[in-house]
Amino acid sequence: MELKELYRDVILDHNRRPRNFGRIEPCETCAEGHNPLCGDRLTVYVRMKDDRIEDIRFEGKGCAISTASASLMTEAVKGQDKATVNALYGRIHSLLTQQDAVPDASLGKLAALSGVREFPARVKCASLCWHTLNAALERGEATVSTE
Amino acid sequence: MAVTASRIASAPALDVDRVRSDFPILERTVNGRPLVYLDSAASSQRPLTVLRAVERYETHCHANVHRGVHALSQAATEAYEGARDRVRRFINAQSTREIIFVRGTTEGVNLVAQSYARPRFGPGDEILITGLEHHANIVPWQMVRDQTGCTLKVAPINRRGEVEIDRFLAMLSPRTRLVAIAHVSNALGTVLPVKRMAEAAHAHGAVVLVDGAQAIPHSAVDVRALGCDFYAFSGHKLYGPTGIGVLYGREDLLGAMPPWQGGGDMILTVSFEKSTYNELPWKFEAGTPNISGAVGLAAAMDYMESLGLEAIAAHEQRLLEHATRELERIPGLEIIGTAHHKTAVLSFTMAGVHPHDLGTILDAEGVAVRTGHHCAMPVMTFFEIPATARASFGCYNTEADVASLVAALGKAREVFS
Repeated sequence: MELKELYRDVILDHNRRPRNFGRIEPCETCAEGHNPLCGDRLTVYVRMKDDRIEDIRFEGKGCAISTASASLMTEAVKGQDKATVNALYGRIHSLLTQQDAVPDASLGKLAALSGVREFPARVKCASLCWHTLNAALERGEATVSTE
Repeated sequence: MAVTASRIASAPALDVDRVRSDFPILERTVNGRPLVYLDSAASSQRPLTVLRAVERYETHCHANVHRGVHALSQAATEAYEGARDRVRRFINAQSTREIIFVRGTTEGVNLVAQSYARPRFGPGDEILITGLEHHANIVPWQMVRDQTGCTLKVAPINRRGEVEIDRFLAMLSPRTRLVAIAHVSNALGTVLPVKRMAEAAHAHGAVVLVDGAQAIPHSAVDVRALGCDFYAFSGHKLYGPTGIGVLYGREDLLGAMPPWQGGGDMILTVSFEKSTYNELPWKFEAGTPNISGAVGLAAAMDYMESLGLEAIAAHEQRLLEHATRELERIPGLEIIGTAHHKTAVLSFTMAGVHPHDLGTILDAEGVAVRTGHHCAMPVMTFFEIPATARASFGCYNTEADVASLVAALGKAREVFS
């Protein structure tokens, strides 16, 4: 268990300077995510154009892993269609939970999250934003919880 | 409860090296580092004497209690009822009829909520709690409120994390039927002036329940001197096993309360038309109890008394003062909970590092602290923070543990620099 595997430079950078941080107003599609265990809260705002995420932002308070994961997610999914986002969601889930998952090149910077799986208590921190985005895309507006 | 400077000076010293050798788990490493256990407020570790008492019971005495005439059933009954008398002496209750074995503090509070409050309270009645309560001393009263239509009031706390006593006193009235307060705050370490609060509550005719989970591991508790009507605590916070705890209740109150759960052991006779209930304390102990847990709890109380409760309190108070000084020197670190009277609990935040990240980095250094809301979400809301990191100390902690904590916090600062 190596700390620097968890807190990689990319993670620390996105925690310090989260990308796409803020809200989209008026909000057309948004969802709130909450991890009661550690108090992490974030809201994901999405503007769709047809089947594609035209713009995405997030705001909230959370640990470095949850903030960086949300920041990286917004960069990765902006401009993507729903099918691509769903596929990415599945690959991230494997990356975070399966010991033998190997990050493929298509994950780009998201591969930096592969260290999280060595820290089971932190998997929910990294996945919160993805569950929240999923809820926003599926249900339009909702609150999701990791518990 | 409050340990003054003179008491610290006069209390016998604790031989901490010897104490540490009583706790086998302290020899292990975590992530390649020696374990530095600073999470005793969540659950303390167990000394060998407790582990051996449980083992001796399981290997030599176990059978069901209060049932058989055979030797083992009698031995088990003696061990279990002997443990009850051990608890009675530990908290200076008048009678073993006032000692109900429960799973823990939470179950004790729920028992009083459902068996004392629910049948009696209605619209216009008030339950008064404080702003620093653990969820276990909030939610059971919200349930009673919803079941009976009574009102739940909350006495506020100040920025130091102390109950505002004047506000508390002003909220008492003849409508106040029950006051439920922590003896010590789990999230902040604040020691409440329980005796004074109980006297004031009694003057208005209210009964007083004290959540003693965080007080009983740190100093002598005398339920009669405190003047409380109910006192609940958990075995695993005072070096005993999990799944065993105690509800102390004044005999006249318990006697007038209906049973909470029905089943074996709590009855005298059963027919399909009607059952008659057992006497105290068994009326409240339906089903086969946690016998080995009670045996372990009694051994834990023996252990604490062998160290000396004053010696434990003085040692922890010295550690608290030392750790507070050390942590205050760390730039960006803010201690949450700065009450005048505290037990050895240090909740804190560190600028730029989320408590959850602190917890992971400290763990990598072998330092175990609790991070999160500590089952006291309203306290976090009051201080406008999502969570804290909390270092809590027990009889086995040392200044070297504090040094490891400070070094690990330095490491966290390094990672996030």
